[in-house]
Amino acid sequence: MMSFLDTIDQYQDFDTDAFFGRVTEADVRRAIGRDRLGPLDYLTLLSPQADICLEEMAQKAHRLTVQHFGRTMLLFTPMYVANHCVNQCRYCGFNAKNDLHRMRLTVDEVTAEAEIIAASGLKHILLLTGEDRSHTPVSYIRDCIEVLKRYFTSISIEIYPLTEPEYRELTEAGVDGLTIYQETYNRDTYAYLHPAGPKRNYRFRLDAPERGCRAGMRGVNIGALLGLADWRKDAFLAGLHADYLQRSYPDVEISISPPRVRPQLGGFVPEIEVTDKNLVQYVTAFRLFMPRSGITLSTREAPRLRDNMTRLGVTKMSGGVSAAVGGRSHCDETGQFEIADERSVAEVAKMLYEQGYQPVYKDWQTI
Amino acid sequence: MSDALKIGGKELTSRLFLGTGKFASNKIIPDVVAASGAQVVTVAVRRVDMAFAEENILTYIPKDCVLMPNTSGARTAEEAVRIARLARAAGCGDWVKLEVISDNRYLLPDNYETIKATETLVSEGFVVLPYMSPDLVVAKRLVEAGAAAVMPLGSPIGTNRGLKTRELIRILIEEIPLPIIVDAGIGRPSEAAEAMEMGCAAALINTAIATAGDPVAMGRAFGMAVDAGRTAYISGLGAVQQYASASSPLTGFLG
Repeated sequence: MMSFLDTIDQYQDFDTDAFFGRVTEADVRRAIGRDRLGPLDYLTLLSPQADICLEEMAQKAHRLTVQHFGRTMLLFTPMYVANHCVNQCRYCGFNAKNDLHRMRLTVDEVTAEAEIIAASGLKHILLLTGEDRSHTPVSYIRDCIEVLKRYFTSISIEIYPLTEPEYRELTEAGVDGLTIYQETYNRDTYAYLHPAGPKRNYRFRLDAPERGCRAGMRGVNIGALLGLADWRKDAFLAGLHADYLQRSYPDVEISISPPRVRPQLGGFVPEIEVTDKNLVQYVTAFRLFMPRSGITLSTREAPRLRDNMTRLGVTKMSGGVSAAVGGRSHCDETGQFEIADERSVAEVAKMLYEQGYQPVYKDWQTI
Repeated sequence: MSDALKIGGKELTSRLFLGTGKFASNKIIPDVVAASGAQVVTVAVRRVDMAFAEENILTYIPKDCVLMPNTSGARTAEEAVRIARLARAAGCGDWVKLEVISDNRYLLPDNYETIKATETLVSEGFVVLPYMSPDLVVAKRLVEAGAAAVMPLGSPIGTNRGLKTRELIRILIEEIPLPIIVDAGIGRPSEAAEAMEMGCAAALINTAIATAGDPVAMGRAFGMAVDAGRTAYISGLGAVQQYASASSPLTGFLG
């Protein structure tokens, strides 16, 4: 069966650092000027040298985004329904070894949480859990979907990787979007960061977005968690992964998120600092590489950065966020990570209007 | 003599159709409609939220406009049909701009699924204006299926590249007995004028107006351009001469 792993293997012996060593300013300008960028053009824009052309990249990213998406920003919010987890991801607050109050919302609690969120006008919801098939089996996810369908017109999931039939079960139940991050594409780092649990299986996770595409998802959102490994290499492979999926499944809307590691219970501190400037370079380079793909910026980022990145290629933002289970109806739970932008949906919408952008609350409905 | 465009039982004096997907705020739409003179406005059903009046785009469409819901987001004929039915059930009328797109890289329409959906929707009483890749055989099938107009793309959606499909659209104008409405790709008023001079019945514009620095002024510019192009078309354009007329004609000796 086809897999993005074949592409990763192709670049296995590619010396990215040597490539970066050869990139000149002229190469960067040539890549920015192209109508269609190839993988190496994209890598050129991710190089340390591209830093000096950041304003030009930003201008083009802005132009392309307005052209393809208009002056609009889709709004959504995450809803954590459980934090049970059998994995031991070193960077995650839900790590099985962490001393955390574990809980799973009942159907009534999901309803209460949904009511609060729906009152903000949002119609797009992202349902999240940890990875624990005994506490949160697919049947439980389906029960949650049945509740959420009554309040929202578009339901995405960010849960543990499923098999294709399981994904199909959920798309048939009303899920239309899948978010799943590879965390890092570097296989050695991946093995180190995931010392125990089913998440150790790199390949099963890597192919999950593709299984989702085949199972009828309308939108699939992928990404690398920046700060776990060399961000330039992860950004490159995340971009190629998106390109691979979009070419293989043209009827699915493929998008990316560029999340950065945040402080969390467990205290993991990334060895690699990914600066605001790096993040902007990644997002603008990706926009030039894939002009029509969505880019999501979460509340892992602070208000000032989010406000300024509205014009730099981002097409989807969260608001009124809690990263804790039942975070809106229970108030004292510990979240998966600390969020950096605590503004309500209305406050994010107001900011967007002030910037000349239309907040879009609804962009799909189950048909 | 009246030059009204007749579609689906309506007589339209403006030949500019307006798309609404990319404005910085829905509140500007009434001003753009007024400045451009547009009488037909298309709205993506996927964006309509009846439960949220302030953000519901329908709140901002002037009541005297013909509302043309579109099936944006449909990947198959079946999905498009379901979206059109939702629109009608929500009180959006019988007109539908049919869009079936299964390719997110170029956003090119799926002509085959479009024909199938046209057949179904026409049989259910919709006034169907299908968006399509310009192709004569497909256009003929759409005529047979009962489409009210045919809407070929000038170039891919949102590209502002103009009338890249000029020659194919010209063939549709010559051969198809329905209004040909160029939809997608027009970036400048001059390109809209050119489409109208060629004999297109109308032009549908979204990106070029919505993303302009001043959408209201750009709406006005497109309104004038569409008018100018139409007027030129019905006035009879002079033939284009390859060479200047010779002062000593070669056949002058024939008397």
